[in-house]
Amino acid sequence: MELFTNQVLAGIATGAIYACMALAVVMIYQAIDHLNFAQGEMAMFSTFTAWQLMQWGVPYWGAFVLTVAFSFVGGIIIERLLFKPLAKAPILTNVAGFIALFAIINSVAGLIWDFTIKQFPTPFGSSPFLGSQLISTHQAGMIGVTVVLLILLFFFFRFTRIGLAMRAAASLPESARLVGINTSWMIALGWGMAAAIGSIAGMLIAPVVFLEPNMMGGVLIYGFAAAVLGGLTSPFGAVIGGFLVGIFENLAGTYIPGVGNELKLPIALALIIVVLVVKPAGLFGRPIVKRV
Amino acid sequence: MTAMLNVKDLRAYYGQVQALHGLEFGLNEGSLTTLLGANGAGKTTTLRAICNMVRSTGSIEFEGAPLAGRSTENIVRLGIAHVPQGRGTFTTMTVEENLQLGAITRKDSAAIVSDIERMYDHFPVLKQRHTQQAGTLSGGEQQMLAVARALMLRPRLMLLDEPSFGLAPLIVRDLFRILGKINREDKVTILVVEQNAQLALELADQAYVIETGRIVMSGNAKDIANNEDVRKSYLGY
Repeated sequence: MELFTNQVLAGIATGAIYACMALAVVMIYQAIDHLNFAQGEMAMFSTFTAWQLMQWGVPYWGAFVLTVAFSFVGGIIIERLLFKPLAKAPILTNVAGFIALFAIINSVAGLIWDFTIKQFPTPFGSSPFLGSQLISTHQAGMIGVTVVLLILLFFFFRFTRIGLAMRAAASLPESARLVGINTSWMIALGWGMAAAIGSIAGMLIAPVVFLEPNMMGGVLIYGFAAAVLGGLTSPFGAVIGGFLVGIFENLAGTYIPGVGNELKLPIALALIIVVLVVKPAGLFGRPIVKRV
Repeated sequence: MTAMLNVKDLRAYYGQVQALHGLEFGLNEGSLTTLLGANGAGKTTTLRAICNMVRSTGSIEFEGAPLAGRSTENIVRLGIAHVPQGRGTFTTMTVEENLQLGAITRKDSAAIVSDIERMYDHFPVLKQRHTQQAGTLSGGEQQMLAVARALMLRPRLMLLDEPSFGLAPLIVRDLFRILGKINREDKVTILVVEQNAQLALELADQAYVIETGRIVMSGNAKDIANNEDVRKSYLGY
């Protein structure tokens, strides 16, 4: 029983990271109807930025805040330079854009910081949390930071004017323009926020997976699985999906013979396929009906 | 007297297809004007051209300022509210959020709160449903909401695209009565595009008739309603 509880709690902890990545993916998907394949690489680059700042002597939380701000601006710049010009382009052009962005960020990170594995510090320590052997303080910190982030985002979108304008621009761009909303900037803002959320996910997971240019590859696939499971049209669903995938991954690795650590990733991919076949809109998504 | 909105030689295009062929018309401040015509005549395109939602050439001036080159959202910010065909309701949001979105460009939060109350006076049914998702409203209620959302901008000019579409006759009468009241009491200049010519002519003081992208008739709404030839050839009643 202790093993089970332990695996569920650990699943919730990594699930928190998947939830963040899924949320970042869903935010961009809502704004521009495309999956950002480079979301993980953007988060990885942000995490390297944080590491660099700390190498230069900036304390952890200072580096954390600076990195989130840097990522927010960086996300906006990427949207303005690359994806705003592609807004009316065909899907494949956009996909090519995302893959190019993925490759560029990955190579540039390797060029600057090389491909060797680096340690990334945790501000929470890694001792047992509250003396319990079930979960470490870093895992508890991952859950705590994510929950705070999600609450802040909820209040932002529910109760602020700019949050309302962003929701309007994502759900009905033409109507949003007709009430005077600059939808183009709302999309850029969405990119900025997605990049900032991704940077938090990257910094939280880096002490676990270690810092290197390919660190987010697996994490992003779990993030996609979470987003698809919860429903690409539902930010709330993406978060729930993230926690579910985290728990599912850990339990499958522990209890299904032969799965172990090696086959965890294919399980996430299998999950994506099963959801797309059985319930394409996801658990909480709206089925997409297009008027033609 | 110079018109509030002045349209000259307006041509609009969908890809290679030209939908408007040199439209000319004006709206006087405080007037309630209707633009009539059959399906495909170019009524919707005219409204969309005013808000730069379709590629067009020619000149459109609003209160002396040319609108050419302005984005849709900037045109709206000048005080031109557009109730589009199909109403453009934010269906996943509540009625009250829809109203707040109408005022999203305004900074005077106290006045916004009182304006929302004023909308509930105009349209009591919206007050009963203010926490409900807008998509659950009936067609008539959604049209009321669309008009209320447009008014939340405190527009100087309101453009309405077939507000009667798909509504029961009694609800249309009610809606038109409220539009007349808004025009008189709030001094909002209104341009309403309609297929329902009879009702629109009762409501409006000015009328234009459009056919295949050209204005073919203009004048006092009563004169047009009383001219049997015009009614028979263009308005079909």
